[in-house]
Amino acid sequence: MSLIYPRDGLSAYPKHLTPDYKSTVKRAPTKPLILMPHTLSEMTGPIYGHDAIQENDNDLTKQGKGEPLGERIIVHGYVLDEDKRPVADSLVELWQANACGRYVHLVDQHPAPLDPNFTGAGRTVTDKNGYYKFITIKPGAYPWGNHHNAWRPNHIHFSVFGHSFLSRLVTQMYFPGDYLFPFDPIFNSVTDERDRARMISTFDLENTIPDWALCFRFDIVVRGRDKTPEDMH
Amino acid sequence: MSELTPSQTVGPFYAYGLTPKGRAKWDPDGTYSWKETVGDNLITPDVVGDRIRIEGGIYDGDGKPIPDAMLEIWQADGQGRYSNEPGSRNLSNAAFKGHGRSACDKDGVFSFDTVKPGQVAGPNGTKQAPHIVVCIFGRGMLRQVYTRLYFEGEAANATDPILALVPADRRDTLIAKKNGTNTYRFDIHMQGDKETVFFDV
Repeated sequence: MSLIYPRDGLSAYPKHLTPDYKSTVKRAPTKPLILMPHTLSEMTGPIYGHDAIQENDNDLTKQGKGEPLGERIIVHGYVLDEDKRPVADSLVELWQANACGRYVHLVDQHPAPLDPNFTGAGRTVTDKNGYYKFITIKPGAYPWGNHHNAWRPNHIHFSVFGHSFLSRLVTQMYFPGDYLFPFDPIFNSVTDERDRARMISTFDLENTIPDWALCFRFDIVVRGRDKTPEDMH
Repeated sequence: MSELTPSQTVGPFYAYGLTPKGRAKWDPDGTYSWKETVGDNLITPDVVGDRIRIEGGIYDGDGKPIPDAMLEIWQADGQGRYSNEPGSRNLSNAAFKGHGRSACDKDGVFSFDTVKPGQVAGPNGTKQAPHIVVCIFGRGMLRQVYTRLYFEGEAANATDPILALVPADRRDTLIAKKNGTNTYRFDIHMQGDKETVFFDV
């Protein structure tokens, strides 16, 4: 299998400069990016396999002395490339606020309680089908300083690798039907509604466990396509 | 129509999950702990090559440090080999992975301990000068930016096929400066007169 990394799919990504998200204004490149061919350096990438994780790393309800507070949920899905082939045996990292909308971070000054039984961090490795699964707590919404009365929709941060350093992706998973969507400049930095839809998990009744936890499905598609014969000449 | 999952910012609070043992101070009262999977020290017992330290700072359009940026690097080993090959997920790795991740501290400072990479193949039978691919994430960055780190005093820089694409008066932003015996300094400016060259990949 020989992979290529077309640039056209990147139309779904936000622009570096998105002024409604104010922190982009002083941090986005201002000079044109230099177009360059993909070399061996870009088309290779790190591999973190099953030795990178330990038992319960993917269960955020089992990292403390007791159970964390909040709504227990299952988040699962597949990491896929642009041909919808699985990205197998690949590290998936996750971090999030607790049920009250508070992160374990000194910089987070939101006056909501920390939960001594909830760290908000997890990691796992996909199986041969690209499948991953986490058990966690539904994160709360929280305020931030971007503009007056700014609140982030509930979200979980994801970090995935893919087949090469070009397919490296950090994104956020949202929950269906969030009433904060219209007001969030980070969510809306993705300007096409169809593209935004791929950041929203779907409620998964079939995999919801009766009397225990709701389930949400979130598939993650990263860069990379098979090099077809048409591309070879 | 794209099928990619869009990128979103890493945000200001990634440290707990992504760089728990790194430079960023995040633990409010010392009660939390979390293991590290990807860190800023790439050195392994079996590593071959010249050990180096890379230090630098990252700065915004006002020249202020960016304390909540996160850098990842990807590089060949001292002999110019990457720890995997394109399209393969099944090769056994040498202990040296060639991948590192550094948080920034309050002064926007990051660092990596690694080895100087060897030369690797470039397009059309060329050879690339020793370099490291650098990927930058941060609050205020909705998608990562890619740049490259080359080494001061490296003769091969003159014939590097990627450096050749960069206007001559901006190439210097990609060259890490020797700062002592085994240390290189590499500052990143997101904007301004000294704006670092970023690549469209």
